[in-house]
Amino acid sequence: MSDTPLRMNQKEPLVRISKQAELSDKKRMLLRLGSLLLALVAGGLFLLILGYNPLQIYATMVTGCFRSAMAIQATVKIIIPLLITSLGVTLAFKMRFWNIGAEGQVIMGAIFASYFALFCNTWPHWVLVPVMLIAGMVGGGIWGAIPAFFKVKFGTNETLFTLMLNYIALYLIILLRDGPWADPASPGFPKIARFVKNAQLDKVFGVHIGWIIALVLVVAVFIYLRYTKQGYEISVVGESQATAAYAGMKVQKIVLRTMVLSGAVAGIAGMVQATGSDMTLAEGVANGVGFTAIIVAWLAQLNPLGILLVSSLFGLMEKGSSVVESTFKLSADSSDVLQGIILFFVLAAEFFIRYRFTFRKQRKGGNEA
Amino acid sequence: MSAFSTFLAPIIQFLIAAILSSTPILYGTLGEILNEKSGHLNLGVPGMMAMGGTMGFLVGYYSNNLILALLGACVGGMLGALIYAVLTVTFMANQNVTGLTLSIFGIGLSNFAGKFALSQSGIGTLKLPDEINSQLLNIPIPLLCWIPEVGQYFAVNIFVYLAVILAAALSFYLHHTKVGHNLRAIGENPAAADAAGIRVVPAKYLNLLIGGGICGLGGAYAAMIISGGVWGSNFVGELGWIAVALVIFAAWKPGRAVFGAFLFGALRVLRYHLTNLILAPAALVPAWDEGLSSASRWASNSIPVAIYDMLPFLMTALVLVITSMRKAKEGLQPASCGTNYFREER
Repeated sequence: MSDTPLRMNQKEPLVRISKQAELSDKKRMLLRLGSLLLALVAGGLFLLILGYNPLQIYATMVTGCFRSAMAIQATVKIIIPLLITSLGVTLAFKMRFWNIGAEGQVIMGAIFASYFALFCNTWPHWVLVPVMLIAGMVGGGIWGAIPAFFKVKFGTNETLFTLMLNYIALYLIILLRDGPWADPASPGFPKIARFVKNAQLDKVFGVHIGWIIALVLVVAVFIYLRYTKQGYEISVVGESQATAAYAGMKVQKIVLRTMVLSGAVAGIAGMVQATGSDMTLAEGVANGVGFTAIIVAWLAQLNPLGILLVSSLFGLMEKGSSVVESTFKLSADSSDVLQGIILFFVLAAEFFIRYRFTFRKQRKGGNEA
Repeated sequence: MSAFSTFLAPIIQFLIAAILSSTPILYGTLGEILNEKSGHLNLGVPGMMAMGGTMGFLVGYYSNNLILALLGACVGGMLGALIYAVLTVTFMANQNVTGLTLSIFGIGLSNFAGKFALSQSGIGTLKLPDEINSQLLNIPIPLLCWIPEVGQYFAVNIFVYLAVILAAALSFYLHHTKVGHNLRAIGENPAAADAAGIRVVPAKYLNLLIGGGICGLGGAYAAMIISGGVWGSNFVGELGWIAVALVIFAAWKPGRAVFGAFLFGALRVLRYHLTNLILAPAALVPAWDEGLSSASRWASNSIPVAIYDMLPFLMTALVLVITSMRKAKEGLQPASCGTNYFREER
């Protein structure tokens, strides 16, 4: 009722926000591209103030990723866990379940897979790799199921609960590293032994097969969300739990199942990173991927194909910034800054898809949505 | 020293260490309480702490003035909060995503800025001027420091005094002032608050910014004191997330945050003091000496370090589950937390 007489002590505001008809897909795309461009300009201004030529820096970022086959392989290796984890959180986010715990789910996947890599590494390779993959899914799945269980049972806040689980998982690695899984051959600093060749992922085109798993997952998640009954149920629960319950859906079951899946996919990322990239269970196996994945999923509008695009872009920035660091002595943290700026701009741009500012003069009555 | 003092000394040393280790967490928690009381679950606390900490450190480094450094820390945290406020209050962007991005951005920016200053300094380290470092030394606590024999242990740095004053002020603000009551009304139900004539948007901006400034001070503690006045990247570490967790533990009350932070701080330093604590009673009852020594040996050998680090997070997870199971009516998150307020959807 904001258009009815205004309160005595309040002037009519200079700017007010009102809803508008949502923009067409094409306009939305343009808006997002525009905000990406603005973000790059803002980042460039920042570099300019520091006394660098932003064009030169950006160019180095891009060329740095493609300067050699090794550089391309390194970039792909950065993209793989980010892509898989983003797909994982997408499942939960579609349901409006705030799974901030992908970091922990990645770690648990890595821990479970590492058990087999460390203690069953004499099994035939073609048995061991699928077992490690399943173990990774189970580990991540359990870590996703815990907050989901408490959410459906007692309504426990999932944002904070999953956040706590991240650190519990992280210290589990350290617990294992310091004691039961410590490498006896490494005196001094405790660490977990390097996996034997038999427990390492195979390479195709110079990069571990995680990239094939990731691409398969892109397609699988895309089909799952768009063309299956379960995928449909997820989006209904996300829109409104009441509607879903009214339509006869078992909301609790759907939430649990989806979170297990979400965690399981993140767990695959952990398994792939440990057995394909690190070749051991390192403390930094997740290394913030679980958090960055949330940005990626959000930027891509929870669309698996978009996630492929955005995670590739982020991978390029990360690898590129390390090249920039070695060339210009500018710290590689610039990629975090740039990723943040991009999301800030896109988040602000999202606003203009649904709302607009109305200034005092042009205001007309009857604007209720 | 008397036997009783020998018994007390390790206990007091442990308590003081716990207070010191709890202080940066307390700042983060107080800032986040203000955020959540405004209806904004801000996951950007680590980012705001990092921005404030680096800004404070660099201002101190270049100006050699502690007051300016502290102001700089506030401003740094506020800048982070401003990004968050513009995006979530005005542009109504998703709070979780905005907050997490602010954390990644803030930590990245802080590392970037620190390393940039490091590269400009020409020498391999970035060290605070001696004058500031001496101002950050522990100051004896009045009254307690006059206790004979053990009084010397009662000393904490300026941040601790400031944090306690801040907590008291915030508690008074939220529970005994009109603007504080208004803020709580906004956090519970912004539409009702708006209808009652409270200016929701300015109040949200103001409190989010103050909250960010307080977080910035916590970052300054991490940047300037924990590392002994030498700049290091990723100085906030997990402190920011512990601070967010502590808000639940403290049931959104500044007073309880002080005790909660103390408890978490105690957990963080327990492992360094456990042996001495177990041995302490032997000073009073010499006959226990042997038993206590073997107990302390057992404790230091068989409790893995990771367990201590995990405890704050385990406890918070437990508190989350227990409060949701009890369906308590009090000590709950402000009802509008997490959802943005759009006036025309009242």
